[in-house]
Amino acid sequence: MIELMQGPHVPLVFAAVAAFCVTVYVLADGLDLGVGILFLAAPRDADRDAMMASIEPVWDANETWLVMGGTLLIAAFPAGYYVLLPAFYLPIMFMLFALIFRGIAFEFRLQATRFRFLWDIAFFAGSLLATLCQGLILGGLIGGVPMQDGMFSGGPFSFFSLLGLLCGVGLVGGYALIGAGWLIWKTVGATQVFAREIAHAALILTAVMMALVSLWSAITVPEVAARWFALPNLLMLAPVPLATLAILAAIWRGIWDGAEPRTFVLSLVVFALGLVGLVVSLWPYVVPRHVTVWDGAADPQTLAFIAVGLAIILPVVLAYQAHAYWVFRGKAAPHAGYGGETAPHGGYGGRAAPHGGHGGKAVPHGGYGGEAAGSAHP
Amino acid sequence: MDAVELARAQFAFTIGFHILWPTLSIGLAWFCTLLSFLWWRTGKPVYHDLLRFWMRLFALSFGMGVITGIVLSYEIGTNWAGFSRSVSNVLGPMFMYETLTAFFLEAGFIGIMLFGEGRVSKGMHLFSCLMVSSGALFSATWIIAANSWMQTPAGAVADADGIFHVTDWWQAIFTASFPYRLAHMVCASFLTGAFVVAGVSAFHIWRRQHLVASRAAFSMAMWLALVLAPTQIALGDLHGRNTLEHQPVKLAAMEGLWDTTRGPAMTVIAWPDMAEQKNLYALDIPHLASLYLTHSWDGEVAGLKTVPPADQPNVPVVFFAFRIMVGIGLALLATAVTGLVLRLRGRLFHARWFHLLAMGTTPLGFLGVLAGWTVTEAGRQPWIIYGHLRTAEAVAPVTAGAVTTSLLIFFAVYNLLLLSFLWFAGRTALKGPADTSLPTRERPGLDRTNVGLSAASATASASFSSSSPAAGTLEQAGA
Repeated sequence: MIELMQGPHVPLVFAAVAAFCVTVYVLADGLDLGVGILFLAAPRDADRDAMMASIEPVWDANETWLVMGGTLLIAAFPAGYYVLLPAFYLPIMFMLFALIFRGIAFEFRLQATRFRFLWDIAFFAGSLLATLCQGLILGGLIGGVPMQDGMFSGGPFSFFSLLGLLCGVGLVGGYALIGAGWLIWKTVGATQVFAREIAHAALILTAVMMALVSLWSAITVPEVAARWFALPNLLMLAPVPLATLAILAAIWRGIWDGAEPRTFVLSLVVFALGLVGLVVSLWPYVVPRHVTVWDGAADPQTLAFIAVGLAIILPVVLAYQAHAYWVFRGKAAPHAGYGGETAPHGGYGGRAAPHGGHGGKAVPHGGYGGEAAGSAHP
Repeated sequence: MDAVELARAQFAFTIGFHILWPTLSIGLAWFCTLLSFLWWRTGKPVYHDLLRFWMRLFALSFGMGVITGIVLSYEIGTNWAGFSRSVSNVLGPMFMYETLTAFFLEAGFIGIMLFGEGRVSKGMHLFSCLMVSSGALFSATWIIAANSWMQTPAGAVADADGIFHVTDWWQAIFTASFPYRLAHMVCASFLTGAFVVAGVSAFHIWRRQHLVASRAAFSMAMWLALVLAPTQIALGDLHGRNTLEHQPVKLAAMEGLWDTTRGPAMTVIAWPDMAEQKNLYALDIPHLASLYLTHSWDGEVAGLKTVPPADQPNVPVVFFAFRIMVGIGLALLATAVTGLVLRLRGRLFHARWFHLLAMGTTPLGFLGVLAGWTVTEAGRQPWIIYGHLRTAEAVAPVTAGAVTTSLLIFFAVYNLLLLSFLWFAGRTALKGPADTSLPTRERPGLDRTNVGLSAASATASASFSSSSPAAGTLEQAGA
């Protein structure tokens, strides 16, 4: 097994797994960060209830991919972990603060009565700030980090760049687009109409910022320009931006009259293409232009140990996450779970079960605080 | 403070705050699993009422654990880059396996556990509870394996650059202190959970409300405490003797023992003076420490002076934290035994002073856990990897200003979080479980809860806890 882990192809496999985890994180958490970004734009409280109900059962699993990315990095490419994390100290810390606020808003918003709007703001601001920080990290990564003697050698603000800001705004647009697509799929009525309307704005922002980020990184980072514009790369890579353009156009045409999941699925494809572009720009570095995947990989015996788990457990994880999405398929319903004390104690999945209530509209849930639930009854 | 002290302060604060929630959620997750099992087997409404009530509190503590835990998985890189660089080959996989086997398992099933009622069967709900509570245990297992390796490293060698390479995974995971530390921590979580359940139930019994559910929960919690409290003390004794063998300096700090002694006395209380290298105002009981440490009258125990003062931990911190932990353990044992005596005399649900006492024990488990972790972590200093890497050499190249900023924000944010948690969890806890287990006519007044309930039972909708009129209508249409 350890001998198997010594070939030059091995870091490639782990890089592929890491890229896969990052992709899943961006797509999965993108949808619930996106819903958070759109949160205050929704016109009614009922919309916000439906929006939150649509992501409530899955956000935790989505965010776990962020931890997976971090822990896979320290296990498989430690150099990436101990150089990049100090390099992006402030944006990472502020991303974590933001995730704290939006995460806790899930728990507390439903319990709050008078000050619910404060948790609405926390959820929105947390989602927005986390997204902007991710953009700053992304931009800083493309720009490269200063490194000396195997450690980060810059200051606390050397992560900051105009490119990072552009990436941040672009991610806000992109996540909002995924979020709007998710809401078109998972909600009905006025909430769905709101999602369709705002999807246009999100789409325009995404398209404009993708163009700006590509242009600006080509101008300011010569290595990136060389990667894309040298022949024959130019011809081989041309399908990536062209396909992106075509799909952006397809989303625009289908927002109102396409099949309901269409906007969501196509916006995921746009993101996936964006990540392909990123890999093209940064390959083969863990720490851009300092440490390659071959130099930055962990010991063979460490890689062998984690390979076993990744090969066996990761498919199982994907299977039961898919199962969780399947259980909560269809339109977002008020959650039946842990809350209103008026629950008939007939039981889980009894006669009227499993899908009695969620075929229809997204109904604002009375909440698990109990009070709202009680008063909601006739 | 310099950058090292700031980084230590930030990590101590964030991990100390974090450990409160896993402690609570490990205990409550298993309690919910037990309730889900009882509800599945017996179908008694009281278990359903309790399940819904405790799931609500579990959800809050779980959420706090998740968001404060994500911080830690990144802080190890942002603040302790030297440490990550040195040990990533050893500890990186353990962190990754924690995510893979624990966090995903919890996250994948918590949605079904909390919101799945009506969408899944009772059996599937029990299974989801089991997956979530197992995930919590797996998480504790991996993280304590990693922490134990830092305390008693094995199965890896450091090269000239100070980078560790694993030679034997079995040894690196199952280190000398790992089984004792794992058992001690898991038992602490269960014990803390049991006293939280006991305290909240005692409040309702004391207020003479929600009596059926609260008495059931109180009784269960006191049985659990009766088993867990002595178990925890026995495990602590085993752990202590393991520490004596593998980390003698830490144990000497716990005991306040400066000179290597045959048949050492137990120092009940003292002020360990590090400058003078001796105890001031000591109250000693001769030979007692020898008895419980070496199980002999004249066993030899190494003192703190076996290492130079620069290699000693902060003795007063370890010494007093240890006494707080032991004191709490004994107090919880006394409470559990008192509960048994009252139960045998048929007074468990009627001795109002005991209900007040039980309420008072609610925070003790948490304080005990914090004190215990202070003993083991402060006792390891000045090493971050015992005997190999000093804490001062492990920090990241991050400026003191950046760390100060983040530390201040953490301090503000976490206090706000704690207040919010206490507000919302306190409100839920004081409101208490539902009373569907009581026949309708015995319930006080015909309130709206009643109407809602009878309406729901009239439609015989067996699945949904409809919490809004619209959902109720839908459901009736469905039925």
